[in-house]
Amino acid sequence: MNTELLGIIASFAITLIIAIPLGKYLAKMFAGEHVWTDFMKPLERGIFKLAGINPKEPMNWKQFLKAMMVINILWLAYGFFVLIYQDKLPLNPDGNPGMTADLAFNTIISFVVNCNLQHYSGESGLTYLTQHFIVMFLQFTSAATGIAAAVALFKAFRDKTTTDLGNFWDFFVKSITRLLLPLSIVIALILTFNGTPSSYAGKDQFISMQGDIVNVSRGPAAQMIAIKHLGTNGGGWFGANSAHPLENPNYLTNMVEIVSQMIVPMAMILAFGIFIRRKKLGLVIFGVMTVGMFMLMIPTITSELGGNPAIAKMGITQATGAMEGKEVRFGPTATAYWSTLTTIVSTGSVNGMHDSTMPLTGLWQLLGMMINGFFGGCGVGILNYFIYLIIAVFISGLMVGRTPEFLGHKVEAREVKIAAIITLLSPLLIMAGTAIASYVFMAHGNADWAVKPANWLNNPGYHGFSEMLYEMTSANANNGSGFEGLGDNNIFWNVSTGIILILGRFLPIFGPIAIAGLLAQKKYVPESAGTLRVDTVTFGLMTFAIILVLNALSYFPALVLGPIAEYFSMIK
Amino acid sequence: MKSQSNKLFEPALVQSALKQSFIKLNPKVMMRNPVMFTVEIGTAIMLYVTIYSLTHTGQGTFVYNFFIFLILLLTLLFANFAEAIAEARGKAQADSLRKTREDTPANVIDSDGNITIVSSNQLKKGDMFVCEAGETIPTDGEIVEGLATIDESAITGESAPVIRESGGDKSSVTGGTKVLSDRIKVMVTTQPGESFLDKMIALVEGASRQKTPNEVALTILLASFTIVFIIVCVTLKPFADYAHTPITVAALISLFVCLIPTTIGGLLSAIGIAGMDRALRANVITKSGKAVETAGDIDVLLLDKTGTITIGNRKATQFWPAPGVSPEDLVKACVLASLSDETPEGKSIIELAQHGNNRISLQAPQGSLAIKFTAETRSSGIDTPDGMRIRKGAYDSMRKLALNAGHTMQAAVKERVEAISSNGGTPLVVTQNEEILGTVELQDIIKPGIAERFERLRKMGVKTVMVTGDNPLTAKFIAEKAGVDDFIAEAKPEDKMNYIKQEQASGKLVAMMGDGTNDAPALAQADVGVAMNSGTQAAKEAGNMVDLDNDPTKLIEIVEIGKQLLITRGTLTTFSIANDVAKYFAIVPALFIASIPALQSMNIMRLHSPESAILSAVIFNAIIIPMLIPLALKGVEYKPIGATALLRRNLLLYGVGGVVAPFIGIKLIDLVVGLMV
Repeated sequence: MNTELLGIIASFAITLIIAIPLGKYLAKMFAGEHVWTDFMKPLERGIFKLAGINPKEPMNWKQFLKAMMVINILWLAYGFFVLIYQDKLPLNPDGNPGMTADLAFNTIISFVVNCNLQHYSGESGLTYLTQHFIVMFLQFTSAATGIAAAVALFKAFRDKTTTDLGNFWDFFVKSITRLLLPLSIVIALILTFNGTPSSYAGKDQFISMQGDIVNVSRGPAAQMIAIKHLGTNGGGWFGANSAHPLENPNYLTNMVEIVSQMIVPMAMILAFGIFIRRKKLGLVIFGVMTVGMFMLMIPTITSELGGNPAIAKMGITQATGAMEGKEVRFGPTATAYWSTLTTIVSTGSVNGMHDSTMPLTGLWQLLGMMINGFFGGCGVGILNYFIYLIIAVFISGLMVGRTPEFLGHKVEAREVKIAAIITLLSPLLIMAGTAIASYVFMAHGNADWAVKPANWLNNPGYHGFSEMLYEMTSANANNGSGFEGLGDNNIFWNVSTGIILILGRFLPIFGPIAIAGLLAQKKYVPESAGTLRVDTVTFGLMTFAIILVLNALSYFPALVLGPIAEYFSMIK
Repeated sequence: MKSQSNKLFEPALVQSALKQSFIKLNPKVMMRNPVMFTVEIGTAIMLYVTIYSLTHTGQGTFVYNFFIFLILLLTLLFANFAEAIAEARGKAQADSLRKTREDTPANVIDSDGNITIVSSNQLKKGDMFVCEAGETIPTDGEIVEGLATIDESAITGESAPVIRESGGDKSSVTGGTKVLSDRIKVMVTTQPGESFLDKMIALVEGASRQKTPNEVALTILLASFTIVFIIVCVTLKPFADYAHTPITVAALISLFVCLIPTTIGGLLSAIGIAGMDRALRANVITKSGKAVETAGDIDVLLLDKTGTITIGNRKATQFWPAPGVSPEDLVKACVLASLSDETPEGKSIIELAQHGNNRISLQAPQGSLAIKFTAETRSSGIDTPDGMRIRKGAYDSMRKLALNAGHTMQAAVKERVEAISSNGGTPLVVTQNEEILGTVELQDIIKPGIAERFERLRKMGVKTVMVTGDNPLTAKFIAEKAGVDDFIAEAKPEDKMNYIKQEQASGKLVAMMGDGTNDAPALAQADVGVAMNSGTQAAKEAGNMVDLDNDPTKLIEIVEIGKQLLITRGTLTTFSIANDVAKYFAIVPALFIASIPALQSMNIMRLHSPESAILSAVIFNAIIIPMLIPLALKGVEYKPIGATALLRRNLLLYGVGGVVAPFIGIKLIDLVVGLMV
C-alpha cells in the first residue's frame, strides 16, 4: 500500500487507541469518581481556596451560564488592553508594535472563543508576553470553557430529573489540571525534541546559500503548539501555522499534531455515553460523526490526489497530486487528511494552504465548518450536535406518533424554539456576513480603508467569493482557518468577523445548555414499546439526514456560486 | 343517524370550502399561519411585478410574471381549501348532531309545580323541565325524578332504547333524544351554547380553534425554516450581483416559495381539524384538541372488566350434579330456583337449561313462593306448595345450610367448587330441602376479539389494566385469559385513583373510562378521561372526552386517532423538507445558467429552459398540496410495529420518497410546460 495512505490510516488508528481510554477516563473523572490524576487535588483545592470558590455548589443552567460568561467577559477586557499596549510591556525582544483597536478587538474575541482566527502574523504581530499570557493562556481556558459546558450537558441527562448541571468552576479547573495541562506537556516535549523552538531568545540569523542574511523568528513555540491542537484552538505561533518548518518539523510531529487535535473531541463523545450510562447512545453518535468525517475526507483526498485539471491541460503530469500550497515533507494525502480534520473539529490550524486546494476540496472544507458537529471543537462539538439531535428527535417523534421525547424528557415548544433559533443562527451569520462583504466589495470597492475592498481578494470570480464565504464560515464555526489570500486585516473584516465570532460561540453554548437544563427539570417518562429509542442505527441515520438536509438547504446557493461554479468552470 | 359518510369530497362541502378558500385570503386570517402568510406577501409582490412588467422591461415578460403570480395565488387557495374542507367536514358532522337539538319546546316547571312552555334555547342552567313519553328532550340535563326508557339513536345510532333514572350513574339525558315511556323531571346542567357539542363545534371551526402545544412547537420549527430561506433568498441578491448575474424578482420569489415548507404549512391546520373530526366520527366528543394528542401518548389504560373485557355479566356455562344426583333433577331444580330471578345470572341459568332441553317447563307450580336474594342468606330460590325448598347461592352459605340441617358435605362438591373458582368462574351451589344437588358454573365471557386488541395495544407500548370487583383469584384468571397486563381486584373507587396517581408519579400518562359519579375524581386525575354519555353529569364534567356510544373499548380507537394525528404531521413535514432538494436542483441552475454556463452540469433533470424550470418547480409546489389533502384528512396509517421500525418505514416512504418524487414530478411538468414556453 502507498505509504502516504498508510500514514493517515496509522494516524487514525493511533487517534482511536488514545481517544477510547481517554473517553472512559473523562467520564469517570468528571463524575467525581476515583481516578489516577487525583494527585492534582491539592493544587485544585489551592486554586479554589485562592479564588474563594466552593466547587461543590450545585448550579442550575442559568447560574452555570452566568459563571461562564463572567469569567469570559473578564478575559475579553483584560486581553483587549494588553494587546493594544503590548509594545510597552516586557518580553518583546523583537520590538513588535502594539495592535490597532480593531485588530485587538478581533484577536481577543478570536482567542476567547476558541477560534484563533488570526488577522496578524505571530512573528511580527505579537510579543512573547502576549503569545504566552494572552494567546496560550486563552488556548487553555477557552478549551476548558467548552469542555465544562459539555459536561453540564452530560450532567443534565445522567439522572432522571435534576436542576443541578454541576459546578462550572469545578469542571473548568479540572479540564485544565487533569486533561489539557498534562497532555500538553507530553505533546510539547515531543515537539521540542523534534526541533520546535521553545526558548525565550529573540530572532536568530543565518546566511543563506545565496549569501543573504535571513532573520528567523523563534520563541517558546512548542508549548503553545501543543495546546493549540489539544484544545482545538488552531492559532499558530508563526503566520504560516503548522506548515511552517519550525512549527511542524517532520512527518512525526505532523502525526502528533493531527492526533492531538482529534483525541479530545472524540473522547468527549464516548465520555458522554459512559457518563449518562447509555454507552450505546455515545457509540451511535460516534458512528454518525465518523461516517460524516469519512464522507468529507474521502472525496477531499481523491480530489487532491487527482491533481489540478488546469495544470493537466498544460500537459504536465502530476504523479504526486496537486502540490500547490503543500509541504513536500507531508504530501497531499496527509495534507488532505489534516484539512478535513481541522475543518470538522474547528481547530483551524493548517499544514498546507487551503486557498490552494482544489475547488471541491474547498467545498468539503466549507461543509465541514458549516456542519460543525462531526466531532467538532473541544466540548462544543457535542453541543452543536445536540441541536441537530433535538430537531431530529422532534420530527421523528412525530413520525412515530408520540409527543417527542429525548432520554425520557418531553421535548416541547420551548425547547424547539431554542433549537430553532440556534439552527437559523449559523445561516444568518454566514450568509448575511458574506452578503454584506459581497455588497461592500461591489458597491464600495474604493472605500478608503487599510485595504481597499476592491483589493481584498487575491483571486477574482468564484474563488474570490469562496474566500469571503470561507472567512465568514470559519468565524461562525469558531474554526480559525482561512482561505488566506483574503486581505482581512482591516476594519471591515476585523469587526464583522469579531461580531460573528462572539455570537457564533456563545449562543450555540447557551442554546444547548438551556435546552438540557429545561429538559432535565422535567418529569422523567420511562421507556415503553412506543418510545422512540435514540440509540439505534435508524435514529442515527435520521440525525445524519437532518444534518445533511439542514446544511444543504441553508448553503446550497452560496456553495454553488463559490466552489461548485469554480469546479464546473475548471473542468469545462 | 350517524352520518358516517366516508366520501372525502362531498359536492356541497366542496362548494362551501371553495368559497372559504377565498375568504381566508384575508391577511388577518393568514397571519395565524406564518409559512403561508409569507407566501401571501410573495404573491402580493408578484402582483405588483406583473403590473410593473406591463410597462417596464428587465423583470421578464408580463405573461411569465402573470403565470408565476397565478400559481402562487393557487398555492394559497389550495392551502386554504385544505383547511376549509377539513372545517366543513367537521362542521357537517357536528351539524348533524346539532340538528337533533333544534329548537324544541320545553315544559319548564317552577318550584310551585306550574308548567310553562319555553323554547329550548332559552333554558338556563338550573331550570327544571318535565318530559313525557313521545316528547323530545330539549337539552342536556340530569334526571332528578323518575325513570324512563329513552331512544338515543339520534346521538349514538344505537336503536335499542335505554333506561335512564334519577340517582345512580345513569341519570344523564342528552338533548335531542326521545322519551319512549314514562315521565321524568330533569334539571338543566349547561348554559345555552356551552354544551359539549357546542364546545366541539367550536374546536373544528377556525376562529376559536386553539393550537395544541405540539402544533405550536411544529409551527415554531417551520417558521424558523422559513426564516432560513428568507436569509437564503435575500442574500442571493448580493451574491448574484457579485457573480454579475441579474436575478428577476419572479425567480427570487419562486425560489423562496418553493423552499419554504408550504406543503406542511398549508396542510397543518387541516391535519389538526381532521384529527378531531375523526374523533367525532368515532362518536367521541373531545373538549380540547390537546386531549386527542395526549391520547396518542398514553402509556397505561384502565378498563373496567364488565362490559369492556367481558360481555355484560357472568353466564352459566355448566351444571355439575353432586354424586348420586341425576343431571335432570339438578337442571329442573336450578330452573325452578331461577324462574323469578331477574338478575342476568338467573336468566342465563334458564338459557343454559333450555339449550340442553327445549321441553323444560318454565312454569312454577301454582302457589309457589319466590325467595329473594338477601345479603344475610346470600341465596335465593323458591318454595313450592308441595313443600320443596330449593335454594341457590354462594358455597359458604349453602354449606352452612346443609350442615345445619344435618346433611354431610360431599368432598366431590367441594372439589368441584374449588376447581370452578380456580378457573376464574363463580360456583353457585344448589340445594333442595337443604340437601346439596350440585353446582352451577358461572363464567365471565370474554368479548371475542378483545385479546387481539390488547395485543395491538401492547405493541403500541400501552399497558392495559383491568379494574374489577372480583376477588384476586378470579381477576387474575380473567386478566390472563383476556391478555391484560395488570389488574386491580376487589376495586373500590379510590383504588382507581391511587393506581392512576402511582403510575403518573413514575411519569406515565394514564387514560381511563368511567361513568359513575364516584369515577369523577379518577376521570379528572387521568390524563385522558373518557366519560360515557350515559354517565352522570359529574363524570362528564370531570373527563376531557365524552363517548356518545357508551362503548368502553372506544379508548383504543382514541389512542390510534391521537397517534395518527402526530404521525401525519411528522411525515408531511419530512416530505415537505425533503422536496426542497429537487427544487434546488431545478431552480438554482436556472438562476445562474445564463451567466455561468458551466452550471448546466447541475441541471441534472435536463429541464427545458430556465423559465420552464422555475415554472415547473412552482407548479409542482402548488399541486402537491391538493394531492396530499386526502392523506391529511384521512391521516397516515398507524402500524403498531415498534417505534424504531415505524420510523424506518416512514423515513423511507416520506423522506426518501420526498426526495425522489419531486424530481419525477418536476421533470414531467417541465415536459408539458417546456412545449408551451
